[in-house]
Amino acid sequence: MTRDENKEGIKGMANPGRYGIERIAYLLMRLTGLGLLGYFIAHVYETSNILRGRMGWDDFLAMTQTTEGHLFLVLVIGMCVFHTGNGIRIMLGHGGVGVGKPARPDYPYNPASQNYRHKIGIYSSIVLAAVAMMYGMAVMFGE
Amino acid sequence: MAQVSSVADEQPPNPLSTTKSILLRISRFNPEFDETNKFMEFTVSYEKWTTVLEAILDVKKHHDHSVAVRYSCRQATCGSCGMLINGKPRLACFTKISELDSNVVTVEPMNNFPVIRDLAVKFERLFDTHHKIKPYLINEDSEVDSDEKEFLQTPKEVENFIQFANCIKCGLCNSACPTMTTDSSFVGPQALAQAYRYVADSRDKGKDSRLDIIDESHGIWRCHFAGSCSQVCPKGVDPAMGIQFLRGYLLGFRS
Repeated sequence: MTRDENKEGIKGMANPGRYGIERIAYLLMRLTGLGLLGYFIAHVYETSNILRGRMGWDDFLAMTQTTEGHLFLVLVIGMCVFHTGNGIRIMLGHGGVGVGKPARPDYPYNPASQNYRHKIGIYSSIVLAAVAMMYGMAVMFGE
Repeated sequence: MAQVSSVADEQPPNPLSTTKSILLRISRFNPEFDETNKFMEFTVSYEKWTTVLEAILDVKKHHDHSVAVRYSCRQATCGSCGMLINGKPRLACFTKISELDSNVVTVEPMNNFPVIRDLAVKFERLFDTHHKIKPYLINEDSEVDSDEKEFLQTPKEVENFIQFANCIKCGLCNSACPTMTTDSSFVGPQALAQAYRYVADSRDKGKDSRLDIIDESHGIWRCHFAGSCSQVCPKGVDPAMGIQFLRGYLLGFRS
């Protein structure tokens, strides 16, 4: 344990169970963001293979036609849909939309910013991501 | 005296008394001597109204007086006794053992604060960031010179900030914040919520200077709206709400 500042570090970020669905959404948002960044870099590398001519392009593209390639793309679909849906929720929140109004707090002090609208937004993003992944699997593995 | 004792003995047991016991695990750490923390365990009896702070003080009184803990008011007003209780930042004086629903209660110092000893942490950084955002009214006019004698506010204008004026600077929000777990320079939810408290005050004219202070790389943009700060606040301040409103000013959604 680092005692200089007693920080939890990455472990604290990756331990969302104590703070409810909002903290889980925070962690998923970070993970999917990193995943999509990785996919973006891989995608640029993949498309650059067109410079190797038709053969090189077809060879590389064949990698995505494997079972592992399909599973990877299903994961990308899920990350993309969750990141988009939850990102819209967060952007609205950042603008002060749907975070409640200031008021004299009453015990037990349920925070207005953690309201049902945002919870619905998070659960909807998760469900949409799951549906999109299932659709993706149906398309890629259906034939 | 004997008669009084006799009367006392004849009284039926208090029907409200439901004494049980828990295992209280206290994190012990002295930075002068210890490399890492260790836990000491004590069996403590409690009633349904017993707070965690009372249990810790019971340990100090009957088992080990060297346990270091900071406390003062015992009524969630001074903000001194913040600590991790079963992994979550809470005020020890405001947390009843019975509501934890556990036979084991583990108390540790708050995260994101340097440890002085055992459960006591340093608050210098919190006070520095709090001071940084100018936590006072900025107004060229004074209430003494003004024709109206005092700065009147409507109830609606008061409601805009009064929630955020409840902050007791206990540091629980900073301890729960996921950004503060890794970013030592982040200004933190406590200071940001207080920045909003003054920006939203109709008597204050220092909005632009405060927005300039928080509009930096380790300022308000490091908040990702996880909301943990609001969930642990013992006074209902809801820092996450204030931070989003504050960001609304910077993004042009509010004026």
